[in-house]
Amino acid sequence: MTYDEFLFGAFPYVCLVVAIVATIWRYVTDRFSYSSLSSQFLETRQLFWGSTAWHIGILGVLTAHLVGFLIPQSILWWNMEPVRLYILETTGFVLGLLALVGLFLLIYRRVTSSRIRKVTSLMDTVLFASLLLQVVTGVWTAIFYRWGSSWFSAFATPYLWSILEFRPDVTLVNSLPLMVKIHILNAFFLVSLFPFTRLVHMLSVPIPYIWRPHQIMRWNRRQQIID
Amino acid sequence: MDVRAQVSMMFHLDKCIGCHTCSVACKNIWTDRQGTEYMWWNNVETKPGTGYPTKWEDQEKYKGGWEPQGETIKLRVTDKFRGLANIFHQPYLPTIDDYYEPWTYKYSDLFDAPAGDDQPTARPISMVTGENMDINAGPNWDDDLGGSTVYANNDPNFENLNDAEKQALFEIERLVFFYLPRICNHCLNPACVASCPSGALYKRGEDGIVLLDQEVCRAWRFCVSACPYKKSYFNWKTGKSEKCILCFPRLESGQPPACFHSCVGRIRYLGVVLYDADKIEAYASAPKEKLLELQREMILDPHDPAVIAQAEKNGVDFSVIESAQKSPVYRFLKEWGLALPLHAEYRTLPMLFYIPPLLPVLGHVDKKGVYNVDAEEYFTSMDKARIPLQYLADLFAAGDQEQVRSVMEKLLTVRMFKRLEEVDDVDPALVDSLLKKTGLTAESCEEIYRLTSLPTFDERFVIPPMHREYAAELIKGDPYTFKSEAGIGGFKNTPDRGL
Ligand code: HEM
Ligand code: SF4
Ligand code: SF4
Repeated sequence: MTYDEFLFGAFPYVCLVVAIVATIWRYVTDRFSYSSLSSQFLETRQLFWGSTAWHIGILGVLTAHLVGFLIPQSILWWNMEPVRLYILETTGFVLGLLALVGLFLLIYRRVTSSRIRKVTSLMDTVLFASLLLQVVTGVWTAIFYRWGSSWFSAFATPYLWSILEFRPDVTLVNSLPLMVKIHILNAFFLVSLFPFTRLVHMLSVPIPYIWRPHQIMRWNRRQQIID
Repeated sequence: MDVRAQVSMMFHLDKCIGCHTCSVACKNIWTDRQGTEYMWWNNVETKPGTGYPTKWEDQEKYKGGWEPQGETIKLRVTDKFRGLANIFHQPYLPTIDDYYEPWTYKYSDLFDAPAGDDQPTARPISMVTGENMDINAGPNWDDDLGGSTVYANNDPNFENLNDAEKQALFEIERLVFFYLPRICNHCLNPACVASCPSGALYKRGEDGIVLLDQEVCRAWRFCVSACPYKKSYFNWKTGKSEKCILCFPRLESGQPPACFHSCVGRIRYLGVVLYDADKIEAYASAPKEKLLELQREMILDPHDPAVIAQAEKNGVDFSVIESAQKSPVYRFLKEWGLALPLHAEYRTLPMLFYIPPLLPVLGHVDKKGVYNVDAEEYFTSMDKARIPLQYLADLFAAGDQEQVRSVMEKLLTVRMFKRLEEVDDVDPALVDSLLKKTGLTAESCEEIYRLTSLPTFDERFVIPPMHREYAAELIKGDPYTFKSEAGIGGFKNTPDRGL
């Protein structure tokens, strides 16, 4: 097994298995620990700029990745006209920058505020380092390897599908530039970090709030039998 | 009619001596953990004053409670979509500095200081960061009007007072204050519950206690903003919100909540009331002038056979109905019309009621320099009142002076009635005219007097059977597992902060 085969053929599976098993385990055994661990109560002004920019940026970029992965034809079709390609690339780049700026602000805040340092765990540090690496390599790729929205579907999409279909095709990625490779590997690392960090808060997005009634009652005596 | 039971509360403000025993009892039991040091589920503030957290009544700042929107009402701080949009940063969340930064002292310095010419001092250190800090706010920073030029002057309830009234409040000869103990009101239309995107907060069906399920809370912290009384708190350490639980484990074992039990002035009363849940939405949406009257109307007569029948049909246990018939809160609230809710205009339908303080309204220093509380003058010239009625009305009657005046007159009538009986230095004609005016009778005056001044423990706290045994029966397996336990389940793991 070559390095590439290990890193792009085996490592992703290790990360995915760890992520899935540990997330379920954590949810079943320690639901209390699921929280966004908000620190706004201790510091609110810097968080506004950091958190808003970060989340809008990262959610936009992640959505773009997801669309490129699930329905690559739609992106290729959109990119047929150069103007539309420019619009997509610029939007993606701006979102990436937004995430980067937001992340810088969040890290700056974590380092400089003594109150926030108090609620920063070791795993937070690992997470922020990894996120920073991810966003920097992502933005780097966007700058130096143009038209990623088009070549994503030629390399990344088939590679990711090959992983999911249990026939990892390392040849698709081993010719990619170093920065892109780091971006891919760190992405899997982040997936494996998921259950061990605050990232689990992504699973808690409270969509049902939109249709649930305002008031909630819990009755003891109208409940079914509890195991 | 959807009859439900609610454990309801009443505080008699004339009896509060501002000793803070209640707050300390609560703190020792529930909030002595890291992350909760700044929380006072029970706090006692001086009025006029800015309270805790500072200016909590200023809903322009904190956006607590409900506001009318057309025919109905909406939460001030959020709505279904705004809740999701503001989730990354919640614009109106109070921060720790709106409460205060909790501190302790570095006592070890007293022991470890080298010998020298000066006394060693124990410097204050923050209980959040552990660093040295300067104390410049606390949970009772304006106790007894301390720093009144800064604090009492900024009381949000002064909005409707004219300049003369405001000035009069701060003339040194007339300076006046009273205490306002506050806990969660266990509202019928709780804004905290409605605002939580995760649905972590809920009202217990059988007794109406509002609780927060920490296993469901994901720290979106909307409840903190939405509660207009600021009685839901964020634990910065565990990353979960927490609130007053009305000591339900104590209630379930037949004891009153710790703040009630320990109250030195014996100002606190607790008992069940029955209410009509069908009316919640309509009544919470009513025009401001009607709120008080309707909230009172929502509380049903536990002696009325129709109410009893419907309650039983709804699954309210008969023992609870019987308890409601003895409830001191019901008597003060409905029979005698003496108890008023705090800030009904927030529209959460609070279930903690207050008897507004009569003495600071009446009392004045007469020409001989003696503190005096005559009644006659009170009726002839209302502007003799040291606390403008409008101020009390803004606190306890959604701005309606007449409601407060009616309570004041009744309280005064009881006073004069007893004074005639015990001291016999009042004109009987005055007492007669007062009785006529207020609609009280000799019997009701006597009963009010007894329940105000001489009540026993069991008369103040009529705790309904909470029937946890029924809940235990729902659990498969051996119900004896729960013998001598209060509550069921609890944390399977220690409630530690997540990674
Ligand atoms: C899916 C929707 C998401 C929601 C609703 C959400 C919500 C939140 C909230 C409420 C906070 C706490 C902010 C505070 O301190 O008050 C937070 C923090 C954070 N979120 Fe998200 N988030 C989402 C997605 C993501 C994603 C996709 C990532 C990264 C891949 C992410 C990474 C973070 C990080 C690193 C923090 C910590 C910020 C800090 O306190 O320094 N979130 N998020
Ligand atoms: S007082 Fe506040 S926390 Fe308590 S039930 Fe009402 S809205 Fe909720
Ligand atoms: S213990 Fe009673 S008398 Fe003392 S401050 Fe609290 S409510 Fe008032």
